[in-house]
Amino acid sequence: MAEKVLKKAASFYDSYFRNPSPDKKMTHYCPGCGHGHIHKFIAEALDDFEIADNTILISPVGCSVFAYYYFDTGNIQAAHGRAPAVATGIKRAHPNSIVISYQGDGDLAAIGTSEILHAANRGENITVFFINNAIYGMTGGQMAPTTLIDQRTTTTPTGRNAHNEGYPIKMSELISQLQAPVYVERVTLYDNKQRARARTAVRKAIKNQVNNLGFSLVEVLSPCPSGWKMEPVDAMTWIKEVMVPQFPIGIYKDITKEVQPYVYAKPNPTAAEIRELIEVIPDTDTGFKRSVYPDQYRNPQIKIAGFGGQGVLLLGGALAQAGMMEDYHVSWLPSYGPEMRGGTANCHVNIREIEVGSPMVSNPTVLIAMNRPSLEKFENDVVENGLIVFDQSLIDSYVKRKDVEVLPIPATQMADKLGNTRVANMITLAAYAAYTGIFGKETLYTTLKTAIKKQRLLEINQKAIDTGYEFGMEKKKK
Amino acid sequence: MAKLLIKGNDAIVRGAILAGCRMYFGYPITPASEIAEAAAKYLPRVGGTFLQAESEVAAINMIYGAASGGLRVLTASSGPGMSLKQEGISYAAGSELPCVIIDIMRGGPGLGNIAPEQADYNQIVKGGGHGNYKCPVLAPNSGQEMCDLTMLAFDLADKYRTPVFILADGFTGQMMEPVDFKEPKMDSPRHDWALYGDAESKHNLISSIALDPDELEEHNIKLQKKYAEIEKKEVLKEEFLVDDAEYILMGYGIVSRILRTVVENLREEGIKIGLLRPITLFPFPNGRIAELSQKVKKFLVVEMSNGQMVQDVRLAVNGKCPVDFYGRMGGVVPSMNEISEKAKRWISEKN
Ligand SMILES: Cc1ncc(C[n+]2csc(CCOP(=O)(O)OP(=O)(O)O)c2C)c(N)n1
Ligand code: SF4
Repeated sequence: MAEKVLKKAASFYDSYFRNPSPDKKMTHYCPGCGHGHIHKFIAEALDDFEIADNTILISPVGCSVFAYYYFDTGNIQAAHGRAPAVATGIKRAHPNSIVISYQGDGDLAAIGTSEILHAANRGENITVFFINNAIYGMTGGQMAPTTLIDQRTTTTPTGRNAHNEGYPIKMSELISQLQAPVYVERVTLYDNKQRARARTAVRKAIKNQVNNLGFSLVEVLSPCPSGWKMEPVDAMTWIKEVMVPQFPIGIYKDITKEVQPYVYAKPNPTAAEIRELIEVIPDTDTGFKRSVYPDQYRNPQIKIAGFGGQGVLLLGGALAQAGMMEDYHVSWLPSYGPEMRGGTANCHVNIREIEVGSPMVSNPTVLIAMNRPSLEKFENDVVENGLIVFDQSLIDSYVKRKDVEVLPIPATQMADKLGNTRVANMITLAAYAAYTGIFGKETLYTTLKTAIKKQRLLEINQKAIDTGYEFGMEKKKK
Repeated sequence: MAKLLIKGNDAIVRGAILAGCRMYFGYPITPASEIAEAAAKYLPRVGGTFLQAESEVAAINMIYGAASGGLRVLTASSGPGMSLKQEGISYAAGSELPCVIIDIMRGGPGLGNIAPEQADYNQIVKGGGHGNYKCPVLAPNSGQEMCDLTMLAFDLADKYRTPVFILADGFTGQMMEPVDFKEPKMDSPRHDWALYGDAESKHNLISSIALDPDELEEHNIKLQKKYAEIEKKEVLKEEFLVDDAEYILMGYGIVSRILRTVVENLREEGIKIGLLRPITLFPFPNGRIAELSQKVKKFLVVEMSNGQMVQDVRLAVNGKCPVDFYGRMGGVVPSMNEISEKAKRWISEKN
């Protein structure tokens, strides 16, 4: 019966060439199935609005999995329940297309509950047709989330029992509670009058998208004579007498007159603009002249550790940045995740004349310890003849190892004197650089400019570099 | 050459944008979240779309939709999120949709931890979802490669109409290294199979269905041919002091960086050892491994897993020489000394 009416719309293929069955004129739906009616209403609307060329229909998993046999539109077949997510993807890719998500009750109200709620909640500018037949048709008549209490299905052989399976889920009611959807209506198909209302609803839901108004959903109480094991006529009566009282028909939400249409306007930058916008233009030059400095300080493998707020990661980053500017091979690796939440932070920095192998520094040649726990934790990892730099003002103990070189700096005290405790890290950096001779002041200044974005902080950090550098040079002489 | 010191995760996003990617759908998870954050920051600036999905399941299906539209699309996740994406990835492989998926591996199974493991190898390299499919898998080991291989991934995805993976670990994602960025790709060629919401493309169908077994077998054969071609043409590997080596160390990703230092150190001790690093995990450098297995004494494979890639090495070596394995799990990163010791013990062992 359905197939005769179906042929009328131009948005419907005349011959269902994608159907592998030899009969290319018959739909795959059972006699008396509701899917055919809805297909017809959709196709007619696409014709009337002249949007078939722009339409992309998403077929779900369920009896309408083969909706793409019929619609002469763009077609995507989606995974079970995921049509609203797929619709989101293609609509965002091509905002001028008309995207229809066509779904059954298992698809939309069970496995795909999350996708439909969130697509609705985002107000995706798509149209959803939700065919509620209170059963899983495709898989042979199992319970659906919309199956009525006491309704028998192959998985509720004695009838749905609220204590075991809960109650039928009312999606139109649920979705209309969300703020974003503009139009939600439940319709049915049991007689000509109801079908006319359904047809109007289908058209409105599509038109809303054409007008860029946002998310529309039409739920259709639809017969499944095969799943319900009923004659088509009885199925219609059952909808009217049993289903409708449980799933009241009507408009649940319509704010189409109140909302502003979406406007799709996006920048379209040139290649040069893109590089700028995504910040891949280096903010410093490389090729800074390398200093000449003693062999024992070359190719340092540095571990920097301290409290979270001490700027330990920044100190490490600045070292790596300085190294990069002098064309060394560098790497910077932070501790991350919960490790950080304990309030301690550390990072590993390599500055090498040849390619950096392992970025991990388990046995540092240089340890920069900004607090006592860090010194205690990592002191023994330092290689023989390595260098331990530590903030003397915060660490009242001393390095216990006798086989390492030690550079204590009253960094926090010096920073306080400059008027900002937080620059202790830059003082330490400069002192280390000057003491070992690894970086000149010029490199450090330039490093600061990339590390410190706030102009107001630049000046004090520059002073920190000067102070630390001077301190390092003093110590070196001794 | 002027470079930028940035995190691997960040390099992926900027590389993706330079490769012409304009859409990102994803769900946050450590240690991959910086990818979503950088995508959220940069994509809208260049006219692209960033959307935080309600789950990884939704994200991969949004990718499925956007990829159907012929655009270059990106998603990223880690461990639990990758497991959730698998159904969608299988659909994308079946429907032959190009997309790039980043897995910044963390410790498993289950919620595990966020430390860098390499235990997703089997899941990602062998397919992961249902059906006879595989996807190209690229395994960067530096900031520069996070960018460059992401760009390459988009080209491979389009060339072969397939999802392509970047398989990296928490360390490579969090690490900052100097990166040199290429010029942006400005042309986005129209694909004859994609849907653009216009008359020209409306007869296209994106679907993974073939009801008739013969037809589905034919489709599968076509996919297998594609994988065979990928195996023939797209193998990437890096060799370090392999030519005169008697022993070959193998590892990928962050492990290969540690192995490089191990090789340097053992060479100083006079041990003839070299490093073979697969850059592509599928396709795997089977040919080169087979060739080397004829002349070296031993392969030593190191992974941060229970031994997943080593199985592929053994297949390629095919009994021609011994293959030893050393692995750490749970997010423990083997130290250089530990591997050096292990390697020396292997080398001294008689077979
Ligand atoms: C992930 C997944 N789980 C289960 C299935 C099996 N399956 C196919 S259709 C279906 C139920 C569809 O019911 P509904 O959405 O109500 O559509 P109808 O067939 O009634 O039109 C199920 C469970 C599947 N294809 N994919
Ligand atoms: S099983 Fe039900 S829903 Fe499916 S085609 Fe038949 S009548 Fe329609």
